Amino acid sequence: MPAAMPLSPQRRRFLMDTARMAGGCALAGGALAWLARDARALPADALRPPGALPEAEFLGACIRCGLCVRDCPYDTLTLAELGADGPATGTPFFTARDVPCEMCDDIPCVVACPTGALDPGLRDIDEARMGTAVLVDQENCLNFLGLRCDVCYRVCPVIDEAITLELSHNDRSGHHAIFAPTVHAEHCTGCGKCEKSCVLPEAAIKVLPMRLARGAPAEHYRKGWEEMEEKGGPLVEGVIDLPDRLPGPGTDNLAAPGGFEPSFTLPASPVPGAGE
Amino acid sequence: MKEKTNLPVGEEAIRLKGWWRAHRFLLLRRLSQGFFLLLFLLGPWFGLWWVAGTLAGSRTFGLLPLTDPLVLAQSLAAGHWPELTALIGAAIVVMAYLLIGGRVYCSWVCPINPVTDAAHWLHVRLGLQKGWQPKRHTRLWLLGTVLAVSALTGSIAWEAINPITMLQRGLVFGMGFAWALVALVFLFDLLVSRRGWCGHLCPVGAFYGLLGTHSLLRVSAAGRAACDDCMDCFAVCPENQVIAPALRGKDGETPLILSPDCTNCGRCVDVCSVDVFAFTHRFDSHIDAPSSPPERSRHSAA
Ligand code: SF4
Ligand code: SF4
Ligand code: SF4
Ligand code: SF4
Repeated sequence: MPAAMPLSPQRRRFLMDTARMAGGCALAGGALAWLARDARALPADALRPPGALPEAEFLGACIRCGLCVRDCPYDTLTLAELGADGPATGTPFFTARDVPCEMCDDIPCVVACPTGALDPGLRDIDEARMGTAVLVDQENCLNFLGLRCDVCYRVCPVIDEAITLELSHNDRSGHHAIFAPTVHAEHCTGCGKCEKSCVLPEAAIKVLPMRLARGAPAEHYRKGWEEMEEKGGPLVEGVIDLPDRLPGPGTDNLAAPGGFEPSFTLPASPVPGAGE
Repeated sequence: MKEKTNLPVGEEAIRLKGWWRAHRFLLLRRLSQGFFLLLFLLGPWFGLWWVAGTLAGSRTFGLLPLTDPLVLAQSLAAGHWPELTALIGAAIVVMAYLLIGGRVYCSWVCPINPVTDAAHWLHVRLGLQKGWQPKRHTRLWLLGTVLAVSALTGSIAWEAINPITMLQRGLVFGMGFAWALVALVFLFDLLVSRRGWCGHLCPVGAFYGLLGTHSLLRVSAAGRAACDDCMDCFAVCPENQVIAPALRGKDGETPLILSPDCTNCGRCVDVCSVDVFAFTHRFDSHIDAPSSPPERSRHSAA
C-alpha cells in the first residue's frame, strides 16, 4: 500500500474498534489469568482425592462437577467454596484432620471422575499418594516422650509399612524404650487417618503435600554403598579414601590423618564417643 | 409511529389473548429453569440421586453422562485430553443444542438468566438509562480470550469466575461467597449496562450461540403481514437486533429469525397481540398471506 494513501473513514473506524476490543480483551484476559493462576496456591492442609493429577495439571483437567464428592461413601471430599476454602473454587479436596480418606478398595471417587482429573490408572488404593504423613512435632508426640500412645501407628491402613515404631533408648528414664512412630513415604498413601486420630489437641503427625513433606535427591547423586553392592566395586576407580571426620576432640585431620590421635595426646579423662 | 406503540408493553396481547397465553413461553421458561435446578437438588435435598453433579458435568440415572462443552473445550485448550466419559457427555450436549439452538441454554436452562431478567425488569421499572452498551460481538472476543487464557495458564480459566456454574454449584454444593459474583452481575445489568451481561459479555452465551448457528428450531415471523407496529416484540426481546431482518423483511426475504443470537425464549411469540411469531423449523420459510390486520392469522408449532 502506498504510504500516502489515507485510510477510508470506515476502515479507520474498523481498525480503531478492533484495537480497542483487543486492548480490552488483553486487560480482561490478564485479570483472568491472574485469578486462574492464583487458584494454584493449594493450602498445605488441603489434600486432593486419590489419583489426582499433579496440581498444575489437575486445574486443567478437573471440570468441577463434584461427582467424586457425591460418590465418596464417607463424605470425605468437598468442593471448595469461593472465598471460604483455599483451593481453586469448585475443585474437590479434603482436610485430613476433619475427615480423612478411608481408602476404599474400589476407589469410587476415581471411578466417578469423568475427565481423568483423578487418574483411572489408579487401581490399587495403596498406590495412592495424596500426600505424605510427617511427624512434625517430636517434642509433643506422646510416644517420643516415652509413653505408649501408638494411636497413629494403630490406625494406619498400611500399618508396619507406612508407619513403623522404631525403638531407641529412653535417656530420660534410663531404662525404657522410645517407640518412635516413623513414616516411610514409600508406602504412605497420605490418607490422613493418622493425623485425624492423633490424640493431641493439635496433631503431632500431619499429612503434608509432597512438595512440603519431601526433599528430593539430586539427579546425579549416587550412593557409594549401593553402587558398591551392585557392582562389587567403587563406581569410579582409583578414588582416594578421604579421612573420616568425627565429632569431638581428637579428630584433627592434620595431626592424625584418617583417624584418632593417639589417646596419650588427648586431654585427660572421659572421652565421649571414643568407643565408636 | 402508531398510537399503540405508546401502550404499555404487552397490554394489547393480554387483552386479546388473555394473561396466560400472553405469558405462555415466559412461564414455561421459568418452569424449565426451575426444573433443571430441581433435578440437581433432588439428591442433596431429598436423597433422590437421579441426577448427580453440576451443570459442568453430571450423571443421570447413574448412566447418562453430560458435560458442558465449553468447560471441556477449555480443558482441551489447557492441554488435558479428557477421558471418554466426559467426551461422550459433551458430544451429547453439543448434538442437542445443534438441533434446538445453542442459546436455548441461555433462556431455558441457565440459572443466571432469571437473575439478569430480574435486573432488566427492575431496570425498566426504574426507567433507567441504557448505560454502557458494548458491541454485541464483545462476547465473542471474550470467548476467544477465555480459551487463550486457558491455553496460556494450563487451567480451566473461566471457571475461576464463571457466575453461572458458581451459582448452580453454590445452590447444589455450598455457596461460599459465590452470591457476591451473582449480585455483581445483577448490579451490572441494573445500573451499568442494560442487558449487559447476557446480551453483550457472557462468553458462555457466545459459545452456545455459535453452537446454534445452524439449529433446526427457529422462531419465524410468518405472520408479519399482520404486524401493526406496536413494537412490543422489540421491547421484550433480549437480543432485539435479531427481529428486524425477519419481521421487516421484503417480499422474498425469509421470515425466519436466523441469527444465532436469538435465544428461542419465545417472548416475542407471547407478546404479539396479532400472533406474528411462531416456533417452527429452519426450512419452513412460508409467509402467511396478508389478511385484514385486526383478524388474527394463526399458525402454531412447538
Ligand atoms: S478412596 Fe473412598 S474415602 Fe477416599 S476419597 Fe475416595 S471415595 Fe472417599
Ligand atoms: S469427579 Fe473429577 S472432574 Fe469432577 S470434580 Fe471430581 S476430580 Fe473434578
Ligand atoms: S497418611 Fe498416615 S495413616 Fe495414612 S497411610 Fe500415611 S501414615 Fe498411614
Ligand atoms: S497419635 Fe499423635 S501423640 Fe500418639 S504417637 Fe501418634 S503422633 Fe504421637
